[in-house]
Amino acid sequence: MDALVNKRIKQVLKGDQHAYSDIVSLYQQKVYQVCFRMLNNQHEAEDIAQEAFIRAYTNLHTFDLERKFSTWLFRIATNLCIDRIRKKKPDYYLDAEVTGTDGLDLYSQISSNDRLPEEEVERMELQERIQYEISCLPDKYRMVIILKYIEELPLQEISDVLDMPLGTVKTRIHRGREALRKQLSNL
Amino acid sequence: MSTCPEHIVQYMHEYLDGDISREHEQELRAHMQNCKDCQKHMQELTSTIAFVKSAAVIEVPPNFVEQVMQRLPKRKMRSGVQRWLRRHPFLVAAAMFCIFMSASLFSGYKNDQEFSVTKQPNLQVEGQTVIVPEGKTVKGDIVVKNGDIVVKGAVDGNITVINGKYMASTANVTGQIEEVDEVFEWLWYKIKSNAKSAWSFIDKNE
Ligand SMILES: [Zn+2]
Repeated sequence: MDALVNKRIKQVLKGDQHAYSDIVSLYQQKVYQVCFRMLNNQHEAEDIAQEAFIRAYTNLHTFDLERKFSTWLFRIATNLCIDRIRKKKPDYYLDAEVTGTDGLDLYSQISSNDRLPEEEVERMELQERIQYEISCLPDKYRMVIILKYIEELPLQEISDVLDMPLGTVKTRIHRGREALRKQLSNL
Repeated sequence: MSTCPEHIVQYMHEYLDGDISREHEQELRAHMQNCKDCQKHMQELTSTIAFVKSAAVIEVPPNFVEQVMQRLPKRKMRSGVQRWLRRHPFLVAAAMFCIFMSASLFSGYKNDQEFSVTKQPNLQVEGQTVIVPEGKTVKGDIVVKNGDIVVKGAVDGNITVINGKYMASTANVTGQIEEVDEVFEWLWYKIKSNAKSAWSFIDKNE
């Protein structure tokens, strides 16, 4: 698949804009899924996923053909998702400061305040419930959990996508799993 | 569970990531054999993973590809110029000739060869290369003239490189990135502004 993708990229770089539609077709599902799981809103996810492909197109000449295209594309998409979340939450930078200490305190603050009443949660269908529980995770844990268990990326690739040391990725996945476990402990 | 060593939970996660060492795994198994709480903890983690993994594939909205293709920026000015040049080779050759024969214009171009860069905090300059260091973010547009730019950190704005190269392995730039080959753009500008004299030159020679 990488060979085909690189071939299409070279065609686009030579000026054949239409060749880009094959690239979009190939990756639309993965990119849209990350955006939807991350933003928990269909319209926003569609907008951001489209934006990711447009950014990739306009910056295509900076892509290193030796690297994996999907990693590069995921990186653009995840950055855009984080930007969008940041814009909705003016105190995001404050959160980011707290993340330095990396405690679970932040998680417990968020989840205990924002959760729906338990009877409502219990009435949900399985798929709705999964999406809901993921959406309750703090952003930084949600991203790694999505990449690991929904996109099924290897840890090293998650580290490349998020431009984050492997150790940090692991810590976040551990904390994400613990956070989810606590959310689900009454399941 | 308060009596359990703290690292046991850490070992559980190492186990779940599939990168637990033989020693850690032995210790984890030995502990879990006699600890109901840790058995339960491990069981909960395993079900949590199974729960997330049972998420159904999300369907992409219809016409997604078409919408992206429609939103793509139209081909750049530069390629438009190239098409124009291909269609009018004689005119271009004539105009170029005029320009290169004109010493005053040529010297005007040469004075503009100095390296320059927009002043922004966090920018490093090494010789004729501008560097956005790793972990730093430059807020605002950057214009580099007669030099290169290497983006290791992030840029919240547009980058324009005139007579130089943009280098980065990933796109940490929120705005547009444009490389301008100034010799060419400059000629183009001069061709347009000297169109009249170019035409009279052609008339005389036909
Ligand atoms: Zn125990």
